[in-house]
Amino acid sequence: METLLALLFGLLLAAACYMLLARSLPRVILGLMLLGNAANLSIIAAGRVAGTAPPLVERGAQALAAGASNPLPQALVLTAIVISFALTAFVMVLAWATWRAEGTLDPETLRRAEPPALPSTDKEAAAEAEARP
Amino acid sequence: MLALPAIPLLALACVPLVGWGLRRAPVMAPWLAALPAALFLLVLTTPDGAMFSLPWIPTLGVELAFRLDGLSRLFALLIAGIGAGVFLYAAAYLEGHPLLHRFLAVLTLFMAAMLGAVLADDLLLLFAFWELTSLASFMLIGFDAHRAEARRAAQQGLMVTVAGGLAMLAGLLLLGDAAGTFRISAILAQGSTLAAHPAAPWIVVLIAIGCFAKSAQWPLHFWLPNAMVAPSPVSAYLHSATMVKLGVYLLARLNPAFEALALWQGLLIGVGTATMLAGAVLALRERDLKRKLAWSTVVALGTLVALIGIEDPLAATAAVVFLLVHALYKASLFLIAGIVDKKAGTRDAMQLRGLGRRMPITAAAALLAGLSMAGAPGFIGAFAKDLLFTVQLGVPRLLPAVALLVNAAMVVVAGVVAARPFMGKPMETGGVAKDPAVALLVAPIVLATLGLVFGMAPHLISAAIIEPAAGAILGRPTGIALGEKQGGTVVMTMSFAALGLGLLMFLGWRRLQPTLAGQTWLDTYGPDAGYGRAMRAVSAVAVALTRRVQGGSLRGYLAANLALVFAGAALVLVARGGLALPLPGPWAGPAQLALAAVILAGALAACRLRALFGQVMAAALVGFGVGILFLTLGAADLAFTQFTVEILAIVLLVAILARLPFHAPDARRAPERRRDALLAAGVGAAGTAILLAVLSVPFDPFITEWMGKAAVPEAKGRNVVNVIIVDFRALDTLGEIAVLLIAALAATVLLRRTGKPG
Repeated sequence: METLLALLFGLLLAAACYMLLARSLPRVILGLMLLGNAANLSIIAAGRVAGTAPPLVERGAQALAAGASNPLPQALVLTAIVISFALTAFVMVLAWATWRAEGTLDPETLRRAEPPALPSTDKEAAAEAEARP
Repeated sequence: MLALPAIPLLALACVPLVGWGLRRAPVMAPWLAALPAALFLLVLTTPDGAMFSLPWIPTLGVELAFRLDGLSRLFALLIAGIGAGVFLYAAAYLEGHPLLHRFLAVLTLFMAAMLGAVLADDLLLLFAFWELTSLASFMLIGFDAHRAEARRAAQQGLMVTVAGGLAMLAGLLLLGDAAGTFRISAILAQGSTLAAHPAAPWIVVLIAIGCFAKSAQWPLHFWLPNAMVAPSPVSAYLHSATMVKLGVYLLARLNPAFEALALWQGLLIGVGTATMLAGAVLALRERDLKRKLAWSTVVALGTLVALIGIEDPLAATAAVVFLLVHALYKASLFLIAGIVDKKAGTRDAMQLRGLGRRMPITAAAALLAGLSMAGAPGFIGAFAKDLLFTVQLGVPRLLPAVALLVNAAMVVVAGVVAARPFMGKPMETGGVAKDPAVALLVAPIVLATLGLVFGMAPHLISAAIIEPAAGAILGRPTGIALGEKQGGTVVMTMSFAALGLGLLMFLGWRRLQPTLAGQTWLDTYGPDAGYGRAMRAVSAVAVALTRRVQGGSLRGYLAANLALVFAGAALVLVARGGLALPLPGPWAGPAQLALAAVILAGALAACRLRALFGQVMAAALVGFGVGILFLTLGAADLAFTQFTVEILAIVLLVAILARLPFHAPDARRAPERRRDALLAAGVGAAGTAILLAVLSVPFDPFITEWMGKAAVPEAKGRNVVNVIIVDFRALDTLGEIAVLLIAALAATVLLRRTGKPG
């Protein structure tokens, strides 16, 4: 079972990477969602699959029975699901705002914060820059 | 015993005081000369062999250790003595300059660092002071920071000396390692045993590189003449009398340990001779007074380095005498060049004529210094010349011829700098020229006169200064007193030949100089041009690298990061033998296998489908598949949260997508897709391998069991997952809520902002 989870994790991770590299922001968002699922699977797998009963303490009992699943990774994943939802929702709005501001959804053309062109390397420009007071 | 460490540290402590005090009261500047004067007396009265040490960085064995012996006393006296004159001169030279306080503060810092370097008895302490002098030199060369050439020269000097310093640090660390101590006196006490150490060649070469860079040895000599853009007091103090001799000092200091090595001798004599030759030719070629003096300083430094490489009591004595002589006349000539520059308005040796009648006192001082430089009888320079020729004749091969040529060139420099500007008919632009104020004249006159005084009465310094210093270089007493006639008739003949040749060249210099200056290949292929090319290459490489690394493609950054992180992790995993399979556990049931197939199909479809809507549905399939998988694994809470979140996300996504160009395809071309798919597959495989390796480690159920036991008695809850979320890890949940809230707030802000496409 754990090996299956590891294989699924790898698969989802690969699919997520492929989507994250897409030249289309909506597909990047889908990649983000897949990445969240992959991460959650890995956490569950790391907590091992010893039992499959829900981690509930029976009425009358004081401690968790032996067949119960591991509650700790579940609690962590619960938090992770909500946070990845928050992230996804924000990124969706960000994509929309990007579209409104830049008119494109292709990450390759989103270059406003990147240097358009670096200073020239030729000698004259360097000499000029050096001579500038 | 506290007087010894006080010498550098007192000066160091004065630095902020000088900067602060002179800013408020610039008129007090001349009184600052009292500081070096006091230090001079302190050095003079401290007994030979005085030592002081205090742990500084005990874990590394670095000590605040100082020691005074003959060699360090000679240097310390020069630093403090010439310092006193230069401080007095500088206060008058830069009178009224708005940054006078800064200038003098840095000059004080430099003096402190120099004193520290020559008094340090710990290699690393010496290195720290050494680099401090480079830094002070940088600030002083670039004092006129508004001039581009000053900035370039300052940077160049720093780059060359600090790069050399880096090599030297490696050499010093090797030396400390080989000797088992960083204490210089302890290293020297080991005698020549270090020369036999297997690392000795490395130590010698690395330390020599640092010393050569600092002391402007060929081919690292080019920064020194460029440093002449600094104000004249700096040229006199740092770049002729003291700082550039620091390399010579360290070579002399370590000479007893390595003198037996042929490499040491060959390196020092070879590089020193090359430096002498290069400096002599370039000195003849130069018209600018200060640069001409700088080239002759290069010659002197080469001479000193070669002398240290010659293992002979006479050579050690010659080195010490020449060092002293050179410091006296060269500092004096630089200060005079500064006066001429200020009064006549030019430093061009071709134009300067006939200043003697208007500036008689300056001319007299120049004459005294020039005669000492030329080695005229009666001056201490004559002793130096006598010793030099005697030693250089003892090394057959090339040295006698080189010595003849170089000494003739020095006669020319002495004539052009010290005599020519003051002779002949008065020049036209010299109308305003007259002798400067006393404060400017004191230092050059005293320094130049000392050359005559010591020449007339060598016993004043012979036993007290010269012999102990030469003995420290040699590693044993030399038994040679200053003033003893050394050379025979051959030396006499040679001395006169050099003088005669020099006079001839001086008379023909007007015609010789243009011919030499016409040899432009000396500039085109010289090391200075090479430095410029190297610097431009560094910029070009930096630009090319930045263009490549920061290409502006977000996908590129992402791909690079993914590749690096996962390839790195996989590499470590394989290299450390971490590849493993999990321990056998429960098998997956048929329902779970079916769900895995659904998830697989969803993931593949999300990647393969063209239409965005289909991809969204495929991603939703994955989300729900994972949710149901959670359910089969006994994680009911997760499953329901997953369903809720998945539905919300899809609704939101569709709502947003409705406002976007829905049909816009993924703009990736086929090769890009293939490359991305390959990268993604690699990342996935690496991820799987890492997770499998994690799962192969035996599980430690301690925390889980504790939580299972504590949930009911301590938190009164039967759903353990809930208990963990709201109780055991409540702060975590609080953070989660905060994230949710911040995301919502940020989204609201973005939604409110009105923007237009394009």
